[in-house]
Amino acid sequence: MSDRLDDIYDDHILDHFESPYHKGHLPCPSCAHSERNPICGDQLTLELQIADGKVQQAFFDGKGCAISQAAASMLCEHVEGRAVEELRNMPAKQMLDILNVPLTPSRQKCGLLGFKVLKTMLYSLDEPPAEPAK
Amino acid sequence: MSATVRDVPITAAAIRGEFPLLTNTAGGDRPLIYLDTGATAQKPQAVIDKITECYEHFNANVHRGVHPLHERITAELEASRKKIAAFLNTRPLDELDLLDDVSEIIFTSGTTMGINLVAQSWGRQFLKPGDEILLNPLEHHANIVPWQMIAAATGAKIVWCPLTADGRFDLDQFDKLLSRRTKMVAVTAMSNVLGTLPPVGEIVRRAHAVGAKVLIDAAQSAPHAPIDVQAWDADFAVFSGHKLYGPTGIGVLYGKLELLDEMGPFLGGGNMIDEVFDDHSTYKRPPFKFEAGTLPIAEAIALGTAIDCVQAWGWDVIHRQEQALLEACHERLEVIPGVTIYGPSVAHKGAIVSFTVEGIPAHDLGTSLAQRGIAVRASHHCAKPLHKCLGVDATTRASFAAYNTLAEVDALAEAIVNTQQMFFRRRG
Repeated sequence: MSDRLDDIYDDHILDHFESPYHKGHLPCPSCAHSERNPICGDQLTLELQIADGKVQQAFFDGKGCAISQAAASMLCEHVEGRAVEELRNMPAKQMLDILNVPLTPSRQKCGLLGFKVLKTMLYSLDEPPAEPAK
Repeated sequence: MSATVRDVPITAAAIRGEFPLLTNTAGGDRPLIYLDTGATAQKPQAVIDKITECYEHFNANVHRGVHPLHERITAELEASRKKIAAFLNTRPLDELDLLDDVSEIIFTSGTTMGINLVAQSWGRQFLKPGDEILLNPLEHHANIVPWQMIAAATGAKIVWCPLTADGRFDLDQFDKLLSRRTKMVAVTAMSNVLGTLPPVGEIVRRAHAVGAKVLIDAAQSAPHAPIDVQAWDADFAVFSGHKLYGPTGIGVLYGKLELLDEMGPFLGGGNMIDEVFDDHSTYKRPPFKFEAGTLPIAEAIALGTAIDCVQAWGWDVIHRQEQALLEACHERLEVIPGVTIYGPSVAHKGAIVSFTVEGIPAHDLGTSLAQRGIAVRASHHCAKPLHKCLGVDATTRASFAAYNTLAEVDALAEAIVNTQQMFFRRRG
């Protein structure tokens, strides 16, 4: 039983939970979005700095369970340097692969909260911004 | 078949034996440790069998036909209603009312519907702008939101009565807030988070002194202690079948007959009417006025069976076992560093223990306990105003019933310590 637990709360999850990557706020984000997981009260805000059609910087802030917060931290690492268009097409499966721990359906909601915030934000952008005028 | 009253007091171990899910090891090598009765109770075999019996032997609609199946199922349903009336110690009704099949027991889909029914039906009729509805932070969202909705519709105002520092109902604050403007006091008989037991009888007495009505939310208290509507002098009382070892989808609203008679219907439809004309209708008397449409009939009948079971076990045995579990749980958890238990001391609460573990979010703790075979609830427990008072977003809740064992309490304490070891393993 305990080996399955160690699977979920693997070192890389606890690392990101205890020492998150880019937790905080951007001074002038291109876009920001917040969502909550009403089941367990996870809260998450994601802020992106977008230029040249790419995410230059990503920061998150929030509170909640280790899975949701670690996932947001890992997502910030993942999106930086990537094209907005590529991220728009990122499947949920890829986020779960990044997490790389076995999650039950209810815990997947935690693991995918940041991903959901990202997708909602990117879809609500009218068009890929920051295609600089030629 | 229904449980029988025994000469010899039943033991808690024998009670446990009546619950197939708790003795079933099919899901693994050991049975589930179920500490989530506050969310829903497990079902004894007699209740499960009764539902099957209804569908296998006398399924029909009620109050609508003359064939033998209809006669049988109507008799079973009304017998269940009478059992519930006795269980709640309702007063005897007038002989003429009884001939009309009048009853103060209304079947609902559960506590939530019962409160919504009173808020919409009584509230719409009797609340005016400036009237006050008195709530307190112990309430479940089901006893908050319906009142907010009717307050918005009528211009009435919600007034919050603060708790004592240890999470008990504060009668002094209550006295200060009660006034002639107070029209409704809606209060739980047992907090679903802290286990707090508000002094219901005293609350009713003081509310009645200013002319207010009182609704008692007995959803959480129902499996742990008697609901005595006469002793409480409650105007309304509500509970759910599924927390009382009965089926989901069925619940009960008790109301004083004179109030129910004055109130308009909640839902319109079949079975609740006296006459239907082109432009209006007239309605039956309670309970039928409030029972539009087809009830969850088998569930209503099986709720009667659940009450048979509780009465066969006896409140003494239930209370003794739950008190032992509660005391043991406090003793075991209080000595674990980092554990904070919320709410009053054991002497002032029922068998619920909500706690946090420092450094471990409630949802992660809940997952970790689940993987060690222990079912608890980890969330705000549909009581956000209370969690705001406690200053935490979520807690983990262990809630007990007489079918739980002291060994399960030990397993909970051990699993918390093991979770801490796992979560903090890199801290040396």
